[in-house]
This record gives sequence, structure tokens and C-alpha cells, in this order.
Amino acid sequence: MTALLEVKDLQVRVEDREILHGLTMTVNGGEVHAIMGPNGSGKSTLSHVIAGKPGYEVTGGEILFKGEDLLEMEPDERAAKGVFLAFQYPVEIPGVTTMNFLRTAVNAQRKARGESEYLVPDFLRKVREVAASLNIPMDMLKRGVNVGFSGGEKKRNEVLQMALFQPSLCILDEMDSGLDIDALRVAADGVNALRSPDRAMVVITHYQRLLNYIVPDHVHVMSKGRVVKSGGKELALELEESGYAQYEDAAA
Amino acid sequence: MNVALAKTTTGAVLDGTFAAARGRLPGVGTVAETRQQAFDDFARTGLPTRRIEEWKYTDLRNLLRDVAPLAPAPDQAALAQAAKLVETLGTGDTQKLVIVDGVFAAGLSDLTSGGGVTVHALSAMLDDATSATRADLLRSRIVDPMIALNAAFATDGMLIDIADDAAPARPLHIVHVATRPSVAAFTRSLVRIGNRARVTLVESFVATESAKAYQAHDAVVIWIGDDSDLQHVRVMEDAGDAANIATAIVTVGARTKFNTFSLTTGGGVSRYQSFITLAGVDSELSTNSVHLLRDKQHGDCTFVIEHAAPNCLSRELFRAVLDDRAHSVFQGRINVHQIAQKTDGKMMSRALLLSDEAEIDNKPELEIFADDVQCGHGATIGALDDSLLFYLRARGLPEKAAQALLIQAFVGEALESIVNDDLRDVAISAAERWLESRA
Repeated sequence: MTALLEVKDLQVRVEDREILHGLTMTVNGGEVHAIMGPNGSGKSTLSHVIAGKPGYEVTGGEILFKGEDLLEMEPDERAAKGVFLAFQYPVEIPGVTTMNFLRTAVNAQRKARGESEYLVPDFLRKVREVAASLNIPMDMLKRGVNVGFSGGEKKRNEVLQMALFQPSLCILDEMDSGLDIDALRVAADGVNALRSPDRAMVVITHYQRLLNYIVPDHVHVMSKGRVVKSGGKELALELEESGYAQYEDAAA
Repeated sequence: MNVALAKTTTGAVLDGTFAAARGRLPGVGTVAETRQQAFDDFARTGLPTRRIEEWKYTDLRNLLRDVAPLAPAPDQAALAQAAKLVETLGTGDTQKLVIVDGVFAAGLSDLTSGGGVTVHALSAMLDDATSATRADLLRSRIVDPMIALNAAFATDGMLIDIADDAAPARPLHIVHVATRPSVAAFTRSLVRIGNRARVTLVESFVATESAKAYQAHDAVVIWIGDDSDLQHVRVMEDAGDAANIATAIVTVGARTKFNTFSLTTGGGVSRYQSFITLAGVDSELSTNSVHLLRDKQHGDCTFVIEHAAPNCLSRELFRAVLDDRAHSVFQGRINVHQIAQKTDGKMMSRALLLSDEAEIDNKPELEIFADDVQCGHGATIGALDDSLLFYLRARGLPEKAAQALLIQAFVGEALESIVNDDLRDVAISAAERWLESRA
């Protein structure tokens, strides 16, 4: 069976600095992987490179998504194929209503896949249903994308998009940053509702706390641009006890 | 020295053009005298150059070189082409008044009067020897070479009267169609609106495929009475190598609302200059102007607002989206007269530059003679935000579509100012046509 995501010996530079020095990991459908590590270990870089953010130079290795070379694709092609990055800091787009944005994005993805556009009533029904489950009032969707949203609302808006787009790979970049415990629970419940045998999640986090709500199958510890240890969910608890210091030494 | 030489050359060439055209221009007697005077006024300066402060950023002698010969009156083929084009405008249910190559086309127009609306062709009124005031139709209170040139050559236009208390159900819609290459059309329309009237006025400038490198010279003179409301929408989609030099002269009465929107996507060289006088107390003016320009298009949006009465409000919003080597000019002048206490006037210009070679000139001017006023101006210039573009692309929008969405958002505020749903859709469609043709 082809893995959903295969990262092989990935080396990435930003300007003159190498951030990832040969990172390897495999994610299969239905799995939830957590990537943990101290600040500056390359967690967010990995998520950006997978999503196709400009400004990163891949100097070695490869990323295969369902067996295809992801690095050859434009960011929008990756999205249409089922890659979704939930941003650590979702941007505000004044003048574009959330509703218009959602419809434009869904239809752009469907068009890229050769599917017909959503009919407006069907789309509205779907949005209403998902928004209700995430506690997002409909009038929030009439405002500019993320404009005036609280941290929790912005993250819920990311989960809303995930639920609408139904991607096969979800990368959650520091979803817990800036959230209080209640907001975190709502967002995590939304993510858990999307767990399915043909969908994988990569949860990037600095703290173990998030993993109490989104329980991973595999945990990877990153340090200085490499995965230095992998294990089951118990590894996250272990880290909570011992901290990252031992791994920083190990990587050095 | 060069100035004198250029003036003489342009003047001489134009003398010939005016002499050749004179036989075709409507109106004899006082009208013809007024034309000659206007032509002499124009000939003293010729096409304005950068040495005239008001035209500093739009040097017509350089950009236009010459005034093109007068367009011949449209034949059946031209009218048929124009008719086809007018059908595709999609402006909803408007009372269309169609002017083809500078000549009113009765067959394509709806001259229905009634409900307080009276509509005439300007040419007929200029020819009306029984009218003692017919020459006034060509006069205006603003001294400007291009307004003078327009008065000298104006072949046709509309004369629209809206009675007191009238509220026509359909917007009045003047449609200018160009069908011929390398000629000039001169049009002038007058709109007189009474008291307590509510009116929507639309102006469209379009061209058939055969129209290339032509010139549209237009002037609109509007009087609005007291306690009235005028919603004005202007969409200019002339050919990309055409020139459109247009003036609006508006006088606003007391307790009146005047909301004017203009969108410019066409024209290789264009200028839309509005002279608006708030002559009565407690009135509100809102101007919203959008330039969507590319290639080597040059667009100029100039506003001169006279706050000539107390307690009026003016809001000017300008948005420019410029690609390639396009050049946009926004000049906003607010004159607050000594009597105009409690004036509240603001203008804001924002430009989005999509290429390194695009250019904008902003020139705000405030001249304030009253002591209890609030006036302000601001300007911003920027590029599309990369982090927003990546966010949209990560959600599946291809690059051009992501840019288009952000550009729409940028001009959205100005488009939203159009109250009439159909007309807002017209402006949005015109903006979308521009965006789609970028792809």
C-alpha cells in the first residue's frame, strides 16, 4: 500500500541557513502523528514546505503524497489533491467575506479535480451544519475572513475549512497557540470529528497539552532539523516530564 | 519659445479642423458665436501641457498630440453595431439614451417623458431658434481648455429635466458608443434636477471592435435642487488605445445628497475631472472612484470640491489597481469658502501596484478660509500581501484567482458605495471583466 505521505531525507534551506538536515517520516491513512520539539527545531518549516510556502529551498530529499512528487506542485494543486495546512497564525483578509472565500476555495478545488461546482443551497446547508458543530455563528461568516476574530475563532475557522474541504492530509501547525482551554477543546473536538481511516493528521505542537485532546498514534521528537526520536503516545508524556534538553544534546 | 511654437502649430492644425467641422455643428447665431469664442479660448493655450498646474500629470499635448478630426455621423451599419453592443450592457431596466460617435441615436433610445422627466437631444435644442437661452447650453462656469474645446465642437448630447418631487422609477442611462477609428466625438449633456427629487443617472462609455485610437470628449453639467438625491454611476470601458477626456460640473443645492461613482478600465489616455460645488447648507457629497489599469494606460481622476455653504459633508475615496506600466493620477482639491463653517471634508487615495513599473501620482490640496472646519486627506500605496496570497493558494485558489480575490477586496469598499443593486452588479461585472482579462 502506498503511504499517504512520505518524507525522505528532506533538506531545506531558508536563505543561507539549512533548517532541515535530512528529515524522514512516513504517514499512513488513518494515523495521527504528533511532531514535537523545541522552538527552532524545524517543525513549522516542515509544515510550510509540505504546503508549498514560497521562500524555502529544498536542497535534497523528496516528499511524496499518495506516491506523487509533492514538491513539483503549486500550493493550490496540493490543496486540490487533499493537503491542508491549518495555519498557526491565520491571516485576516478585509473585504473578502468568509462565506465568499469558502465558496471560492471549495469550488476552485473541485474545479481542479474536474468536479462540478457546489450548488449554492447545498453549499450553504453544509456550511451551516459544520459551523453549528463548531459553535461558529453564521453572522461571523458574513464578515471579512478572520477580521476581528479572536484567537479561538480564527482556529475554529481553520477547522471549519478542514471540515468543508475534506482533505486527506491535515497538518495542524501549533493549533494550541493562543488558545485557552475551552477554545482548545472546541477546536480539538472539531478535529477529532474528522478522524477517519482514509485521513491522516500531523499535529505540530510545542506542548503536550494539545495531545490530551487530540490523541496521537505516533509521536516524533524533532531537534535541530531532524527527527531524533519516534514512539507511541507515551513519548509525549515522557517529554512532559523530562523536557527537550536531552534531545538537544543528542542532536548536537 | 517652444511653448509658443507648439501652440501655433497645434492651433493652426485645429483651425482647419474647426473650419471643416463648423458646417456640421448644430446651432447658428448666438450658438455659433459661443462656439467661436470657446474655440478661441481653447486656441490660446491649445492642448494643456504639464506647465499648466491642473494638467501637470496629464500632459495632453504629449499624450494626445492632436485633436482627431470630427467623427462622421453614424451610418446604418454603425447604428446596427451600436445597437448590438447596447443590448449586451446588462444594466438592468434603465431608460437608455444612446449616443453613437457623438450623435444622438433616437432609434436606439427611449425618449419617453413623463413622471416629471423630460428628455431632449442637445442638438435639437441648439438648433431651436425660438430659445433665447440656447447658447447657455454651451457655457459653463469653469475655465479650462478642454471644456472650451468641448463647447466649440459639441455635436450632441442629452438635455434632461427632472421636475420637483419627481422620482423616476428607472435610472436614466446615457450610453456613449464609439464605432469608428481615429476620429473624435464631442458630447455635452445637461441634467437639471428640481427640489425633492430622487434620481439615478448612469453613464457608460463603450466601443465596438472597429473603434480604435479614437477620442471621446465629453462634458456633463448637472444642477441639483434642494432636498434632492442624485445617485450617479459612470463606467468607462473605452478601447484600450482610445482617449476619453471628460468633465462633470455639478452644483448641489441645500440638504441634498449626491453620491457619484466612477470606474475606469478603458482608455489609453483618460481624464475625468469633476468640479462639484456644494452651494446649499447641510448637503452630503460622496465620491468613489476606481481605476483598473494595465499596459501603458494613463488615467487621471481629478476632483475640485467647493464647499461654498455651511455644514456640508464631503467624502472622496479613490482606489487604483495598476499593472504593467500603467500610470494613475489622483488630484483632489477641496476649497472651503469663508462662509462654509462646520465643513467636514475628507479624501483618501489608495493604490495597489501589481508591477514594479506601475506608477501613481497623488496630489491633495486643501484651501480653507473658514475657521471651524474638519478637513483631511490621506494616501497609501502598496503591493499585494504575500502572506494573504499564500493563504488563499493553500486553500486551493490558483495564483491569478487569489490575486483577483484580493484585488476585488481592495476595490470593494468603493463598489459597495453604489446603492442600486443592478448598477452595483454592472460595476462589479466591469471590474470582473478586467480581472478575467488579466488571467
